[in-house]
Amino acid sequence: MAEPPLISARDVTFGYNREVVVEDVSFDIYPRDFLAIIGPNGGGKTTLVKILLGLLKPWSGEVVYHLPDRKGRKGHRGALGYVPQFSTFDKSFPLRVADVVLMGRLGSRGLLRPYTRADRTEAGSALDRLGIADLAGAHINEISGGQLQRTLIARALVSEPEALFLDEPTASIDAESRGSLLGILEELNRRIPVVVITHDVTAIAPMVQRIACINRRLFYHGPELDQHALEEVYGCPVELVAHGVAHRVLHSH
Amino acid sequence: MPGLFDALSYEFMRNALLAGVVAAVLCGVVGTFVVVKRLAFLSDGISHAAFGGMGVCFYLGIDPLFGAVAVALASAVALGLLDPEVVRSYDAMIGVLWAVGLAVGIVFVYKTPGYAPNLMTYLFGNILLVSRHDIGVLLALASSVLLILALFFKGVVAVAFDEVFARVQGAPVRLLMSLLLTMIALSVVILIQVVGIILVVALLTIPPVISLMLFKDLRNVLIGSTLAGVAMTLGGLALSYAYDLPSGPAIILLGAALLSVVYAGRKLAGRPRFLPALRRPRSG
Repeated sequence: MAEPPLISARDVTFGYNREVVVEDVSFDIYPRDFLAIIGPNGGGKTTLVKILLGLLKPWSGEVVYHLPDRKGRKGHRGALGYVPQFSTFDKSFPLRVADVVLMGRLGSRGLLRPYTRADRTEAGSALDRLGIADLAGAHINEISGGQLQRTLIARALVSEPEALFLDEPTASIDAESRGSLLGILEELNRRIPVVVITHDVTAIAPMVQRIACINRRLFYHGPELDQHALEEVYGCPVELVAHGVAHRVLHSH
Repeated sequence: MPGLFDALSYEFMRNALLAGVVAAVLCGVVGTFVVVKRLAFLSDGISHAAFGGMGVCFYLGIDPLFGAVAVALASAVALGLLDPEVVRSYDAMIGVLWAVGLAVGIVFVYKTPGYAPNLMTYLFGNILLVSRHDIGVLLALASSVLLILALFFKGVVAVAFDEVFARVQGAPVRLLMSLLLTMIALSVVILIQVVGIILVVALLTIPPVISLMLFKDLRNVLIGSTLAGVAMTLGGLALSYAYDLPSGPAIILLGAALLSVVYAGRKLAGRPRFLPALRRPRSG
């Protein structure tokens, strides 16, 4: 790729309690990447994404950002969109869908300023884009997994991020929502890079441009995924299926 | 109820009503955060720890409120600063704080020469003993807590709901979380004056739990919770006056009765909906 990378991880090492979780990982995220991060449970996928988001400081190595400057933004803070797993927050919290989406505007103005009319308009159009405008007044506990997923994507999008990170977006939604999720991600990917942590590459296969296999170390990074690399990551033979011409992907296991 | 309005001719009764309303508004707002963020045990721990400060002040012969404020704030800050990797269990640390505070308080009260203050008053509170001066202090403390929460509302809600996302947005998560803990600590001290150390947690939890069963929007929950708190404290005071009951327990028991009625109402109304904020988020 001719364009310079937006985000570069250089020899990043990180761990919890002296135990190394991510070791010597280097790779780049380019402006229109669609990157799938795969690997076994506990392999450091979420940790790696948290490092890229700037939530965790690497023990050694560094993450370099080349993000376009925008008014009212310092460095990568508020410039990256994050869609966490459902288990990281409390679904029974007394909030409506629109309130959650509005939180994406948290960093846009001073902390002491309440949300403005402009913030609400932005939140409204994000809901529109994701086709859940009619759910704006619903409690987040009353909607389906697919609808909650879109709510979280809308929340990430109202901050106008330069890159979007999703942690297991296909895990807690039904097949139909999965289809429309792919459409949404494909549309977003025309503008910004999308990074998806997943167990199930088949679910998002058509769009994936590159795959990164993480099991503490970065075992593989590139458009092609071969049997050898996968076995090394997962420590067991995995079935591989060819999909289309450009991509080889992991079958659900 | 006999002569309830006559009761208003007594200054101590008017003071009690005023203190009750201040406390109710405060627990409506702060309590909602305590319940949705699951900090009930922490609040209870701070409340008991504060007794340590009160005991020391007794011994030194100064206003116990100072000791209570100092210890409550120190506890909140200490809990915020503890390194989770070393502590392992916040729950246990809160338990330790609770016990140590209570023990320190009792030792100092015991060693205080001369007239020993009535422990029961502090443990179970007596809103009827609240003076004009106390009310001034309560009002000042309560309005600062509410003002600060109103100023930082956007950030505090975001952090209470989803800390990680708030951090990605660049919000000062640690600061906001300490702010919330500090406001809870101050509220606990204020509420101790009204219902006593042991019953504080009830005043912080019962009104929001009632309100959470009825409303799904944070603003409505806050308003409903405040109203439930007012109904609870004023009604409890009336019961206490009419039937010669200790005021703190009367307030709490009325609240518990209200809670049961609302719960039963929700169950009978069809749509089965569990106490929303009491449900654990799914893990995994």
